[in-house]
Amino acid sequence: MYIVIVGGGKVGFYLAKELVEANHEVLIIERNAAKCAEIQEELGEIVMRGDGCEAAIQEQAGCGRADLFLAVTGEDEDNLVASQVAKHVFNIPRAVARINNPKNEMIFRKLGIDSTVSATSAIMSHIEQELPSHPLISLMTLRHGFEIVEIKVPPNSAIVGRSVRDVLLPHQSLIWGIVDAEGSPKAATPDTVVHADDEIVAVTLQESEEALRAALIAPSAERSF
Amino acid sequence: MGCGRVGSELATAFDAEGHEVTVIDINAYQFARFLPASFAGQKIVGNGIDQDVLRRVGVEKADAFIAVTAGDNRNTMASQIAKHIFGVPRVVCRIYDPIREKMYANLGLRTISPTTVGARLVREALEKE
Repeated sequence: MYIVIVGGGKVGFYLAKELVEANHEVLIIERNAAKCAEIQEELGEIVMRGDGCEAAIQEQAGCGRADLFLAVTGEDEDNLVASQVAKHVFNIPRAVARINNPKNEMIFRKLGIDSTVSATSAIMSHIEQELPSHPLISLMTLRHGFEIVEIKVPPNSAIVGRSVRDVLLPHQSLIWGIVDAEGSPKAATPDTVVHADDEIVAVTLQESEEALRAALIAPSAERSF
Repeated sequence: MGCGRVGSELATAFDAEGHEVTVIDINAYQFARFLPASFAGQKIVGNGIDQDVLRRVGVEKADAFIAVTAGDNRNTMASQIAKHIFGVPRVVCRIYDPIREKMYANLGLRTISPTTVGARLVREALEKE
């Protein structure tokens, strides 16, 4: 495969190294001359100096025949533009963009870049289970603004003891399943009763995330103070 | 978005004409440097490619969005967010690189390349000399 990588920082460098070792044809486009020299020293003649967001540079890099395009600079906006140029000018079959702000995943998708990778999200998903103050975990972004989230029901939540049909959810949100405190998963039917420490898996609109969190974790009025 | 020379001039003019104006810049010093004391609009420090910042300034209710930072990519990303995510009816985006400008014009953004426009004006001026 011919793979073009925009951004010769740490991520671009190690990607190129792995891909070269796997016998792929790789070209890194990097703006900074010193970084270009470093990469050339380590990996050989696989680096081109230039702004990977420019169509002229992408043309020189042979993007027209590339099978895969990886935009991995440190700036979300540069990765977006580089990927859009690759897609729209060179019809690259597959472009993957690195993002810092996890919320940009949805934006990139709406703007035609389907594959994004966010170190922020990856690290968050590793630590979120351990953060008691952060009971809503975004598991996956879906199309049309939806996402799958997981929420642990705190013992003082107003919905403890209620059945799913009596849980008032925000518009276009639904409870999909529940993993109980013992770790057994079950499908959520209208009669399923919510218990303390249940992990609720739900589908919601991204903008309703906060409302859903509030609906599932808010303490009951009698007990709140 | 972007309180440089062009951004501040536009903001000042729209404000003086009685429009409700919000200026966003990542550097608060730009407000002091370029906006007159009479400027009555909102000044927000933040990154315009961050959807939370855009939402905070009420971009959903905006009638127009203008992206004139020094960065082409920041301008195109913010403009696309304003137009395609938040549905702002009028969006104008400055892109210095003429090739990129053409591409985004083809993708439906209202774009201006000061490079192309500036070169043309200089040439016309020269021809009149």
